[in-house]
Amino acid sequence: MTIVKTKLNRRSFLKASALAGGGMMLSFSWLAGCKPSPKEVALGLPDEWFELNSYIKIGENGAISLMSPNPEFGSNVKTSMPMILADELDVDWKNVFVEQADFYPERYDRQFTGGSQGIRQGWKPLRTAGATARLMLVQAAAQTWDVSPNEITTEAGMIHHKGSGKKAGYGEMASLAATLPVPEEVELKATKDFSIIGTSRKNVDAGKIVTGKPLFTMDFKKEGMLIAMVALPPAFGMKVKSFNAESVKSMPGIKDVFSFEVHKEDYEQNMFDTTTHPELIAIVGNSTWEVLQAKRQLQVDWEKAPERKFVMSGWGGNKSTVRVPAGLESTDGHLAKMEEYSKKPGNILRRDGDPESAFKKASKILERSYNAPYLAHNCMEPVNCYAHVTADHAEVYGPIQAPESIMNALTHRLGLPKDKIQINLARMGGGFGQRAYGHHMVEAAVISQKMGAPVKMMYTREDDMSYGIYRPTYTATYRAALDENNNLLAFHVKAGGIPESPIYPNRFPAGAIDNYLAESWLIESNITIGAFRAPRSNFMAAAEQAFLDELAEIMGKDPIDFRLELLERAKNNPVGSNNDYDPERYAGVLKLVREKSDWDNPKPVVHRGVSAYFCHNSYVAEVIDLRLEGNKPVVENVFAAADCGIVINPDAAINMGEGAIVDGIGNAFFGELTFKDGVPQKNNFTNYRMIRMPEAPKKVEIHFAKNEHDPTGLGEPFFPPVFAAVSNALYKATGRRFYQQPFMKELESGITTM
Amino acid sequence: MAKFNLTINGKSQTVDVDPSTPILWVLRDHLDLVGTKYGCGVAACGACTILMNGNAIRSCVTPVSAAEGAKITTIEGLSENGDHPVQKAWLEHDVPQCGYCQAGQIMSAVALLESNPNPSDADIDNAMNGNICRCGTYVRIKKAIKTAAKS
Repeated sequence: MTIVKTKLNRRSFLKASALAGGGMMLSFSWLAGCKPSPKEVALGLPDEWFELNSYIKIGENGAISLMSPNPEFGSNVKTSMPMILADELDVDWKNVFVEQADFYPERYDRQFTGGSQGIRQGWKPLRTAGATARLMLVQAAAQTWDVSPNEITTEAGMIHHKGSGKKAGYGEMASLAATLPVPEEVELKATKDFSIIGTSRKNVDAGKIVTGKPLFTMDFKKEGMLIAMVALPPAFGMKVKSFNAESVKSMPGIKDVFSFEVHKEDYEQNMFDTTTHPELIAIVGNSTWEVLQAKRQLQVDWEKAPERKFVMSGWGGNKSTVRVPAGLESTDGHLAKMEEYSKKPGNILRRDGDPESAFKKASKILERSYNAPYLAHNCMEPVNCYAHVTADHAEVYGPIQAPESIMNALTHRLGLPKDKIQINLARMGGGFGQRAYGHHMVEAAVISQKMGAPVKMMYTREDDMSYGIYRPTYTATYRAALDENNNLLAFHVKAGGIPESPIYPNRFPAGAIDNYLAESWLIESNITIGAFRAPRSNFMAAAEQAFLDELAEIMGKDPIDFRLELLERAKNNPVGSNNDYDPERYAGVLKLVREKSDWDNPKPVVHRGVSAYFCHNSYVAEVIDLRLEGNKPVVENVFAAADCGIVINPDAAINMGEGAIVDGIGNAFFGELTFKDGVPQKNNFTNYRMIRMPEAPKKVEIHFAKNEHDPTGLGEPFFPPVFAAVSNALYKATGRRFYQQPFMKELESGITTM
Repeated sequence: MAKFNLTINGKSQTVDVDPSTPILWVLRDHLDLVGTKYGCGVAACGACTILMNGNAIRSCVTPVSAAEGAKITTIEGLSENGDHPVQKAWLEHDVPQCGYCQAGQIMSAVALLESNPNPSDADIDNAMNGNICRCGTYVRIKKAIKTAAKS
């Protein structure tokens, strides 16, 4: 049991009614057009809700309404975050309704879904909010019954006083509890007393998903709403010169065709304001098909865009000027430039011991370079947003992981103060990092403002895939120095990309090797990039874990033993003091996956690869078993072991792990976006190959380390280790190492040896 | 513009639209049946899958003119209370992550099981190959189809 101050959580005790939030009043309502679910009918709506804090409302009939603060993009926070509230509140999950909170920073802590931080950072505020509401109910009962609160216990939404035999449901005490002062401190449950956390609970929206209820922005409709699409330049480095607005405007159902600036020129962007094209053309009309037809008829003269610059307001007010170079870039040019940069000295990020001397006296040096292409996120729901902007108010409803970041852009562009802009959070049809960037919300709002009408703006799949904000292309070069007895003397990593370096200099194996050097480089580009499931880690894990596999082989060691030896060193006698990871927990997942995959008794019919990585505060090790049918890989089994501390919702966590592994296998084999003269060479699922069911693993087994560490991220950490587990298994299957992603290209072009 | 008489989820509907309009947009824009999703517009992702006379079709490339006289079923018409065996199996296995593709996945699975009540793994792979799930829920989709086949 832990006692915590409720002060940190104070903002969640602001009552909705006490805030002047122009239209931001939260109310419990059935979704338009939705029938209540059977559960909702059975439970019944109360006549009145009593709000105990911004997360929790209790009806007089005992119904519990819990707010899920963070946007939902498929990682199931809409179930797991309320589970944390419900456990500390001590209610029966079957009496809980979950609502999606709108963006409301005055009432909620961090409303950001990304970086696998939702549960980690929500853990304490949510527990405190639940425990505080519970204590207020206990105090209300103590007052009513004239007994000490210490003699009162709760269980599953019931309040008991053993001495007098009195009992009451939460609903009976809610009206009084809601008027009590918020306690200064509360006790949190001991881990052993959790009754909801750590038990599998179904996705609260699953019923609506499988019956096709409107949940996504794409499904949103309002009286008088117009449909808008945009025309993007066909290439990075191009811009609008002129277009045939008048002839398109006369097409059936078309209201207007115009170009617009996404941001005003003097806007200082933040990191999630990434805008590939400063100017777009909007086509607005009555129905999707009419607008799509008009978009196809639009003829635009494009011209090369000059270099441009904009001001970026960094963390802590550090402003910088970002230069966007002119030019039409191609993949061939990218590869040549990356090769050139990887041979030049880089920017030294970490240096332990004397790596240069160690390499000089080495009797053997292993040097390998790894490369990965740009990737498009390809969320199933294409970019879209609803906006209704009037003279003094804006309502924006869209798929967005980072609503707080886009608020600045909206207020600056629309000329409205923040309290007149309402951002509602829709369930997202995927996010994967791309939806942290809110350019679409600004675009929809600008179009609505211009039209003086509610507008739903949508990208076609081609627009979505061609817009940019991609996973960057990267190159990493690894070197290891060995002495004549194959002892590891020094380790050198130099990694860069366009336009960022992927390197994390203080991650494993830093800390485990006396002589260590990490260098970075980067190359400017006008192709925009963005966070993509485990940014940078998704490539570094692929390169590093493939290199360690090859190194272990040369050193004559089992790949798991080799990693464990390094981790043992990092634990007992770490090099440097600034190592990001906990070697014991890292080793723990390797040992767990060794046991669960029966690593020491390999099956002759499959080829195995192992890989492990630490990122987003969690540890994951994976073993992949595959075989080849001709040149077609068949992934038979995947074993994963994860340490993310306490697992809130185990079955949902397994689902997340399975999905990330499938995603990793797909991107390892097929994921690739190339460019020619600034034009993305793939723009729909006809030419951008995504993993499909036949390529998914036949079996996935996910295991979690059992401990009482506070929970950490899960949406991303399963993803990075997949790539090297695949390439290491491919080596076993073919006798060849795979250095270039996507692996399928090389597999299909080369001759396999087995 | 032209008038089309459609039978959707057992109900007769008349729409007045351009004959080239794909059924997808008729459902979503004109009939407020938004469970059927837009994903690619070129029949390459399966998010728009519906049943036409019991066969799974991609509604994003099928013009409304092809639907006259046909029996159309969308995700909304699969069951009154969300209790079609495939829907139940999806809930039992808690399949969805983001959920956007799942209506299309379910409709493809329903079409498969109607023509092949006991599909093998290869049959399932084959029938579901046209449906992309970006979240990667394929492992659960397959399990759910097997569960539905048993019921």
